[in-house]
Amino acid sequence: MSTDVRHTPLHGLHQALGARMAAFAGYDMPIQYPTGILTEHNWTRSSAGLFDVSHMGQAFLAGPDHATTAAALETLCPADVQGLTPGRQRYSQFLNADGGILDDFMVARPLGADGTLALVVNAGRKDDDYAHLESALPKSVRLVKRDDRALLALQGPLAADVVTSLGGAIADMAFMSVQPITLGGIACEASRSGYTGEDGFEISVPAERAADLWTLLSTDARVKPIGLGARDSLRLEAGLCLYGHDIDETTSPIEAALTWSIAKRRREQGGFPGAARIQREIAEGPRRKRVGLTLEGRQPVREGAEINTQGSATGIVTSGTFSPSLNRPIAMGYVGAGQAANGTALDIVVRGKALPAQTAAMPFVPHRYKR
Amino acid sequence: MSTTYYTQDHEYIRVDGNVGTVGITDHAQQQLGDIVFVELPASGKIVAKGEQAAVVESVKAASEVYAPVSGEVIETNGELESEPAKVNEDAAGKGWFLKLRIKDAGELSGLMDEAAYAAFVKTLD
Repeated sequence: MSTDVRHTPLHGLHQALGARMAAFAGYDMPIQYPTGILTEHNWTRSSAGLFDVSHMGQAFLAGPDHATTAAALETLCPADVQGLTPGRQRYSQFLNADGGILDDFMVARPLGADGTLALVVNAGRKDDDYAHLESALPKSVRLVKRDDRALLALQGPLAADVVTSLGGAIADMAFMSVQPITLGGIACEASRSGYTGEDGFEISVPAERAADLWTLLSTDARVKPIGLGARDSLRLEAGLCLYGHDIDETTSPIEAALTWSIAKRRREQGGFPGAARIQREIAEGPRRKRVGLTLEGRQPVREGAEINTQGSATGIVTSGTFSPSLNRPIAMGYVGAGQAANGTALDIVVRGKALPAQTAAMPFVPHRYKR
Repeated sequence: MSTTYYTQDHEYIRVDGNVGTVGITDHAQQQLGDIVFVELPASGKIVAKGEQAAVVESVKAASEVYAPVSGEVIETNGELESEPAKVNEDAAGKGWFLKLRIKDAGELSGLMDEAAYAAFVKTLD
């Protein structure tokens, strides 16, 4: 891996906006703009937040027909890809032989081009994902890296109004659907999805038009730029996993409470890496489970904090923050299966002090997807 | 007449007689961003110069606040428990953390004065 810090096509715009930049997954990314994380977070929940997520990996899998391409991808992940209809998108995970998660990703079946699947993978994992795909795909299915594209996310209750006012014909788009749209004359690929729990879009655009699209969206008074800091607090409130923290090569999708992303046919038939473990965990229950955690008081808990039950360790916090929407600390982590039921009382140890906590249902803040 | 001294870790100590009021600088609060929690020591705690005296948490992360000099904690700013954002609003004033009875005024000579700190911050940009 190169130690050079990479830039997205919008790097200069972030600097001009006065963003505080920091390295994230090999990219110099905006962590926050001058208004700060709380303001950005609350803006996204009440209006429309604009995110540069161009660091994420965009790629096509190109094969002769849908059945062939889908079958190839299904050998690496437990989603029902064959059943994906044109214009629809799903969430899944690349798994290792032990059923651990190599990365999590979105896969869409674009309208038109039969045999093509569009992937969006994590920035910090994309080089490994691409190598994994290239070594595993059959000759008839090619990986086409789309490094010439940027990715913008527009998230929040007013996101759809903003896109519509710019000419985007998205009225018929439901959550987890994809279609081409044109915004201000710029041809884009939109997905009605995101990482905040809000209604919104991820918009793929040619890199050379990314700044134009950003500027066009920013011109709307309902839109403000949002950095990775608020992206993290928003996704945590929405109960969504961050790869490398809440899920990794040691966690299975069942332990991670992602069983919903594995279709019935795949559970029964297997045929993906780690199927034996995953089928066993579905049948018998996992040894440990990802849970939401809430605390009394205002003190946040962070990744790595130990979770105790009656004085002995039962687990670990994998993400924690102060929830701006709820005005209290929230976290997620893994606990033993016996402690996973909602409302179980636990302690979380911070700087030697045991803070009373309890397991809580996720999302912490209800999703507002357009179904 | 008080004199304020600064550390390279961006704490300040405003000294009045043998009592110093400790907080983090405006530069520090800007760097931390929105502050959501402050953990303060108990009154009576003895702290050594450079030792952790408090913890300040932003949305993103926890940061330690070190004692600029050695001494005994004689008072803490309880208002920060319910209103930690005071640190963002007025770091040098209402956002103070704790008061120390200074053990050895000689330790102050190792700290920066206002001009030296301002010059130090400039080197960080």
